[in-house]
Amino acid sequence: MLENFSLLLVFPLLGAAINGILGRRLPARLISFVGCGSVFLSFSVAAISFLQLLQLPSEKRVVVQEVFTWLESGDFIARASFLFDPLSAVMILTVTGVSFLIHVYSVEYMKGDPGYYRYFSYLNLFVFMMSVLVLADNFLLMFIGWEGVGLCSYLLIGYYFETRIAGDAAKKAFIVNRIGDFGFLLAVFLIFTTFGTVDFLRVSELAARNFPSAEAGFGVLGIISLLLFLGATGKSAQIPLYVWLPDAMAGPTPVSALIHAATMVTAGVYMIARSSAVYSRSPDAMLVVASVGVATALVAALIAISQRDIKKVLAYSTVSQLGYMFLAVGVGAFSAGVFHLFTHAFFKALLFLGSGSVILALHHEQDMFRMGGLRKYMPFTWGTMGVATLAIAGIPPFAGFFSKDEILWKSLTGSGGYPILWIIGVFVAGLTAFYMARMMFLTFHGQERFSRKSSDETGHDSGHHEPHEPTLFIKVPLGLLALLSAAAGLLGLPAWLGDNYFEEFLHPSFVHVMSSGGHHASHALEIGLTVLIVALVIISIRIAWYFYLNNPSAKEKLAQVLSPANNVLYNKFYVDEIYNMLIIQPIHWISSRVLWRFTDDAIIDGAVNGTARMMKSFSGQARRIQDGYLRRYVTWIITGVVLVFLYILFVS
Amino acid sequence: MVTTTHYLVLGAILFAIGMAGIVVRRNMIVMFMCIELMLNAVNLTFIAFSRGFAHLDGQITVFFVMTVAAAEAAVGLAMIVLFYRHKDTVNIDQANIMKW
Repeated sequence: MLENFSLLLVFPLLGAAINGILGRRLPARLISFVGCGSVFLSFSVAAISFLQLLQLPSEKRVVVQEVFTWLESGDFIARASFLFDPLSAVMILTVTGVSFLIHVYSVEYMKGDPGYYRYFSYLNLFVFMMSVLVLADNFLLMFIGWEGVGLCSYLLIGYYFETRIAGDAAKKAFIVNRIGDFGFLLAVFLIFTTFGTVDFLRVSELAARNFPSAEAGFGVLGIISLLLFLGATGKSAQIPLYVWLPDAMAGPTPVSALIHAATMVTAGVYMIARSSAVYSRSPDAMLVVASVGVATALVAALIAISQRDIKKVLAYSTVSQLGYMFLAVGVGAFSAGVFHLFTHAFFKALLFLGSGSVILALHHEQDMFRMGGLRKYMPFTWGTMGVATLAIAGIPPFAGFFSKDEILWKSLTGSGGYPILWIIGVFVAGLTAFYMARMMFLTFHGQERFSRKSSDETGHDSGHHEPHEPTLFIKVPLGLLALLSAAAGLLGLPAWLGDNYFEEFLHPSFVHVMSSGGHHASHALEIGLTVLIVALVIISIRIAWYFYLNNPSAKEKLAQVLSPANNVLYNKFYVDEIYNMLIIQPIHWISSRVLWRFTDDAIIDGAVNGTARMMKSFSGQARRIQDGYLRRYVTWIITGVVLVFLYILFVS
Repeated sequence: MVTTTHYLVLGAILFAIGMAGIVVRRNMIVMFMCIELMLNAVNLTFIAFSRGFAHLDGQITVFFVMTVAAAEAAVGLAMIVLFYRHKDTVNIDQANIMKW
């Protein structure tokens, strides 16, 4: 199976085609079967290939399968070939595995939706595109996947396109991503002119050979890194391009879980890990990545504290956690970043699916201040979401603890680490615990603030108003993800506790990373800092408990005292408004006043219409020749023939 | 002695008559006959050259022209009959709606 691993791409594409073309006429049962089954087959192929990869000795764990030559022009060759190495193996397992669970979940969540087939078709197409992105063995093919997942993201955010808000959010996501993609594309061009190839493996080798020492300032590697990072900020929602992700919550909740939390948005991190050989040779670019990452983590966590919409909290939390991943790759801890990506995929997907279950039970209520006390009605959802909350907050031994702890430790001691990065990172860890606890308390504990009437819009059948647990289609994915959120962290234990299998396994993918040592520190310090962070997390949860459960009046008072700050946070630092004023309005002005009224109307239309007007007046005269009398036509013809004859006879 | 030139001149005269007829006459049937006249003037020219150069190509072409002329006569006369039924006249100037 390992040598034919790219077979796994075929199933979701086929599924998307079947559901997309025939879906309208197929029964819902068959659509679900095709949708879920195709992803399950992909996952099976990925899992078997992974197991076979494990049996190879670690230095041989790179399998390239060339399917066909895609483009060939002079020196430039781009092959449609796929790469299966530890890094892409981890990614593809995460992507197909989580995708499968979310497909199953969607069967219940989207039941009865008129666009059921369309939904599954898009979702399958997404899995295909994401697999192309992950398995591609060169930058250009990766870009195909990169654009493909962007398209699917657009289609799924705008899934409820009848509502204006969804359509706008979809367009926003698409346009903001274009800015990032522009950087990505420029980086690919620069990579080709620098290295003469776009293959990941060749680029890594050549970077290692041609650039033996790190680059000071921003040379060609630094510029490649920054341009790639611009692409990553778009796809992975980092400052300054993160604004689309919170709006993307207009899509169905399983989509938020799959695309906008677990898989697509992590593509930027994956891409940087893929280009680690280039990045590690440009410390200044790395510092930019780390700084942007940690700043994003901080800003997003601050915004998450004050949001009312449960999905918005999770969206900003995603942005914040992605910031952590960029912090990790920015300080040179590539495997730590990928590890957090891996664990985050489970617990964030779980959080979104859990919130989807709550939203479903409350008939599409998303405001946390109109929830509360749901634990009694939905113990299973409460339990699984609780596991995810503990995982993301960083309580040992749940998955998030190990990955986040490793990132924070590396941000202090890694080759690009600085104490200030660590301090902000730790502060964000506290904020994370606070806003997640706040979400749990507001949703599942305290007073019941939801309205039982909300289901009564149609006016029939009273007495079915209690929120209740969902069916097995939702429970099973929740349970499995909870299991993974709890246990996945054990793959990457910190050095003082045991072996980091995860890092060891990924190592072959990072052989060309230039290691510049980093600071050495004792295990005692690491243990001490870990205890400190865990203590901070517990205190944060305790504070959230105090304000949101124990003593809500204290919260009201505090909110009044801090109302300006609260307003700023609730309004997301007014970033959308600032962008609107600084970027969108000027562009709008230039477009309408200069480009439309002057360039388009006066110059281009003037030239085109002027030509047309000239032709019209000319032909107005010429048309009189055609008067409908056959005998005159004949005369014209004869005149023409005679003239031609005269020309031939006397002139030539 | 009748030479090739004589035939050619005769052909040219016949052709000119046909052409003039097309231009000045309004009766469709007469115009049609003028077209036939022009075709046959060309045929005569072909034959004359064929004979003059001792080459058979011209005669073969004439057979083609005659075949085409026969087909054309069938179609053209049918059109004239239809036109007459429609307009009660064969005056070509009544067929003047094909214009801008």
